[in-house]
Amino acid sequence: MDFLRPETLAEALEIKAERPDAVPIAGGTDVMVELNYDHRRPAALLDLTRIPELQQWEDGLRVGAGVPYVRIIDELGAQLPGLAMASRTVGSPQIRNRGTVGGNLGAASPAGDTHPVLLASDAVIEVASVRGTRMIPAAEFYLGVKRNALEPDELIVAVHLTPAKGPQQFSKVGTRNAMVIAVCSFAISLFPQENRVGAAVGSAAPTPRRAPEAEEFLASALDFKNPKPLLDSVKREFGELVSRAASPIDDVRGSAAYRKHALAVMARRTLGWAWQELLAKKNGSEERPCA
Amino acid sequence: MTLTPAELTSAVSGGIGTSPQRPDGNLKVRGEFAYASDLWHEDMIWGATLRSPHPYARITSVDITEALKVPGVYAVLTADDVPGRNLYGLEHKDQPVLAVDVVRYQGEPIALVGADHPETALRAMKKIVVTYEVLEPVVDMETAVDDTPLHPGGNLVRHVPIRRGSQDVTAEVVVTGRYEVGMQDQAFLGPESGLAVPASDGSVDLYIATQWLHVDRDQIAAALGLPQEQVRLTLSGVGGAFGGREDLSMQVHACLLALHTGKPVKMVYNREESFYGHVHRHPAVLYYEHGADHTGKLVYVRTRMYLDGGAYASSTPAVVANAATLGVGPYEVDNVTVDAYGVYTNNPPCGAMRGFGAVQAGFAYESQMDKLAEALGMSPVDVRVRNAMTEGSVMPTGQVVDSAAPVAQLLKLVQDKPLPAGTSSDIRELPGGVSNTTHGEGVVRRVGYAVGIKNICFSEGYDDYSTARVRVSMVNGSLSAAVHTAACEVGQGLVTIMQQIVRTELGIERVTVLPMDTTIGNGGSTSASRQTYVTGGAVKAACALVRDKLAGRTDIGDEVIDETTEWRHRATEAIDPVTGQGNAHVQYGFAAHRAVVDVDVDLGLVRVVALDCAQDVGKALNPQAVVGQIQGGSAQGLGLAVMEEIQTSGGKVRNPSFTDYLIPTVLDMPPMSIDVLELADPHAPYGIRGVGEPPTISSTPAIVAAIRAATGLALTRVPVRPEHLTGT
Ligand SMILES: Cc1cc2nc3c(=O)[nH]c(=O)nc-3n(C[C@H](O)[C@H](O)[C@H](O)COP(=O)(O)OP(=O)(O)OC[C@H]3O[C@@H](n4cnc5c(N)ncnc54)[C@H](O)[C@@H]3O)c2cc1C
Repeated sequence: MDFLRPETLAEALEIKAERPDAVPIAGGTDVMVELNYDHRRPAALLDLTRIPELQQWEDGLRVGAGVPYVRIIDELGAQLPGLAMASRTVGSPQIRNRGTVGGNLGAASPAGDTHPVLLASDAVIEVASVRGTRMIPAAEFYLGVKRNALEPDELIVAVHLTPAKGPQQFSKVGTRNAMVIAVCSFAISLFPQENRVGAAVGSAAPTPRRAPEAEEFLASALDFKNPKPLLDSVKREFGELVSRAASPIDDVRGSAAYRKHALAVMARRTLGWAWQELLAKKNGSEERPCA
Repeated sequence: MTLTPAELTSAVSGGIGTSPQRPDGNLKVRGEFAYASDLWHEDMIWGATLRSPHPYARITSVDITEALKVPGVYAVLTADDVPGRNLYGLEHKDQPVLAVDVVRYQGEPIALVGADHPETALRAMKKIVVTYEVLEPVVDMETAVDDTPLHPGGNLVRHVPIRRGSQDVTAEVVVTGRYEVGMQDQAFLGPESGLAVPASDGSVDLYIATQWLHVDRDQIAAALGLPQEQVRLTLSGVGGAFGGREDLSMQVHACLLALHTGKPVKMVYNREESFYGHVHRHPAVLYYEHGADHTGKLVYVRTRMYLDGGAYASSTPAVVANAATLGVGPYEVDNVTVDAYGVYTNNPPCGAMRGFGAVQAGFAYESQMDKLAEALGMSPVDVRVRNAMTEGSVMPTGQVVDSAAPVAQLLKLVQDKPLPAGTSSDIRELPGGVSNTTHGEGVVRRVGYAVGIKNICFSEGYDDYSTARVRVSMVNGSLSAAVHTAACEVGQGLVTIMQQIVRTELGIERVTVLPMDTTIGNGGSTSASRQTYVTGGAVKAACALVRDKLAGRTDIGDEVIDETTEWRHRATEAIDPVTGQGNAHVQYGFAAHRAVVDVDVDLGLVRVVALDCAQDVGKALNPQAVVGQIQGGSAQGLGLAVMEEIQTSGGKVRNPSFTDYLIPTVLDMPPMSIDVLELADPHAPYGIRGVGEPPTISSTPAIVAAIRAATGLALTRVPVRPEHLTGT
């Protein structure tokens, strides 16, 4: 097996064009497991860890594909609260030191923790090849179980996200209180200025997916200009619609029925927390001038 | 070469009753301890095992031609290459070294490859062509006895009946239940591995992670067709055991390859193979009926239980005997009816795991005690105390408990402990933890109690002994001792205990623990919570012989005092095959738990907030090690309560990985408050009582009792899953 170590993105893209069979390796937390278990024996590994372009984030926000979870948590928590929350639930400290969002996208597992957040917050995935750059909305990136929209000569370069303009939440169910693969997961983003809501489910369908009916219902039910405490009926309906967006299966991690049930509960609760945050902010900012 | 862990020497002081540092502690913490997977020899080759993908099939052909052609392959072996008896087993010799004509479980070894590189071995293995006629597997333990016979004698491995007192007495209050225990795995972190080195005279040395060197040796020698002295074993670094290393895994395989190729052969399982490579805890179905009078006094207990031994017997007969003889728990009951059945199926073979039959029964009888308390309107603790056995109580086997049995005291100790503060606002301390599933919504906190009983040491008339050798000589002008046994250190701290005993008995501070091997006599198994008791007893006895020769001298010049002795605990008896009566056990151990559990009743997620324990250990030779055993045993019980299960479907394992076989993390296991009682057992060395297993028994039912209280659900199966709690 060849171990290829480009120093720049341009060099990496050339290699990938010449050797589309070369498997990119970032943190290696998925790739090395596959190699260990002999699930994969690539002719070459393409090490991305030396490429500076992938290790940085820029204001705006363009987050390099190779930025590890621990940095997202430590450095981007205020701007990307949803992504930081999801990052916080990935694996163990060791995995968060190595693992990257680029790797999560590359693996495209339906259970990957960042996917619902990327979907709910309108992320755009920047991919590149010697042929040029493509900007792929997250909703078009996941094609099937562990299949994504990358062409064989392309690499994931960055994820584009706007700094959160409203509350975001992420929640995941697993049968252990840490270091657990999602039985199912849910992310919500509120966009108060645009009267809009993002909502997406993970590990509850062949791909992570948005819950458009739930998003539309909520956008019409919420009064962002003049936020009042939420009605239980709104939370319940939202939960139902989120649950309906999923098409889960029975597997060793959980039953389809449980997944549907849990999604509804998570949707209700995360909406409650997000809305509470919005109310608190609103009250806080109204009070400030008086103080 | 890395063949054995270094001789373990430490200059720490500390006799019994103190907690000196483990001689292997620093190495382990720094990651420098040589485990069996680190074994290495200059010109070694690698072994790999071809396993059956089917739980039950007839093998119609095995073609190794193509595999042999792979460059770098030294040997491909099948059942035809086993020179001795191609059958082994701890109690019944029913398990082939390599399958002949039929496979009875998924993962059963069929052929071996020896090659110059592990990859080459894997590649070649995939070129072996096996054709199967797939058969309908037997998977239901309750009907297995009447199903297709999987072995010549049928599918009943052992039936243990117990008949004590009246068999048709009635009672004012009666509760019944059916309980299920899922298949738990030992989940030791160091996978099976070993290195076999052939000698020019046709003999072989095996460096191996195991729990019992001599019984391994005897089985290996029989399979290789060699006299026992031509098979020499040395214990390698063991990364946990919990019963999963009592049976052979790759021992014979590595030796076969080594003797065939004339080369040292290393074998290491990966995590997935490890799940197929060792026995698991018996899943069980248990039917119980408890009858009591209106004061809560038990009148009778009747139970019928099934334990699924899987494809081969392993230690099923002894597991069934434990489940039966300990089947009413630590309670006085005059009228007892027990029928315990261990059966063959095509599920994964099951055998020893910490708690050994007492765990399955414990979950059921403690669930019944809670049910009884509810029916009587009594508190769970009161109904247990009302029936608690004491010293002098009579077991269902008729055996009189002749040392401390402080069951009521243990329960009251955990009951009186302060309760933890209210529900936390830190998500790491709530159900779901960092997964951010609740900020308090749906969380209900409740408390559960349980107490358990376990036999310590080997039972039913087994000649259970250990051999120890203590050598004393002058080193740098002062007395120095070395202690040598074949008793396996598997992480529990026997190395430290032996040093402590020698220091106490001889007053010599510098004590070296020699590598454990078969050049000395049998040390017995590292199981049944017995090594401190039995090997500790042997070391103490050897020290007494040395002490006589020392005669108080502190300078013995060039003299070397070297004494070896065998030590056995008092004899036990077989139980009557019809009535189950007999003095089956040598000692009983007891532990009680109080669990405080937060349950997210909407999501069915659980966080154990407190899991406090009280246990009598007779005498804490090493208090820190005792507490470590109680914490570890409790954590394993927590795992069984809420997450650990090998899930099977049609005999196939669905989750052979740590991705989907979950064991508790530090965020699942709360810090514990532990009370250690030291009520000396006059029959045991220093008064000690085995420690390792009792906490595993009571931890599980205490947690489930708390979850029941929080949800109002019956919860008759462990592990409890979110589906059970949410009805989905
Ligand atoms: C113990 C453990 C626990 C885990 N827990 C979780 C968890 O809780 N949640 C979760 O979501 N995941 C979990 N994972 C999976 C894994 O850590 C994540 O998917 C992680 O995001 C992968 O990132 P990486 O940088 O390590 O990827 P790698 O292993 O380096 O790569 C993963 C895949 O992406 C491809 N790839 C990587 N970078 C690029 C790129 N720039 N362009 C194109 N393709 C690329 C690789 O070729 C490969 O196919 C866990 C893994 C382990 C071992």
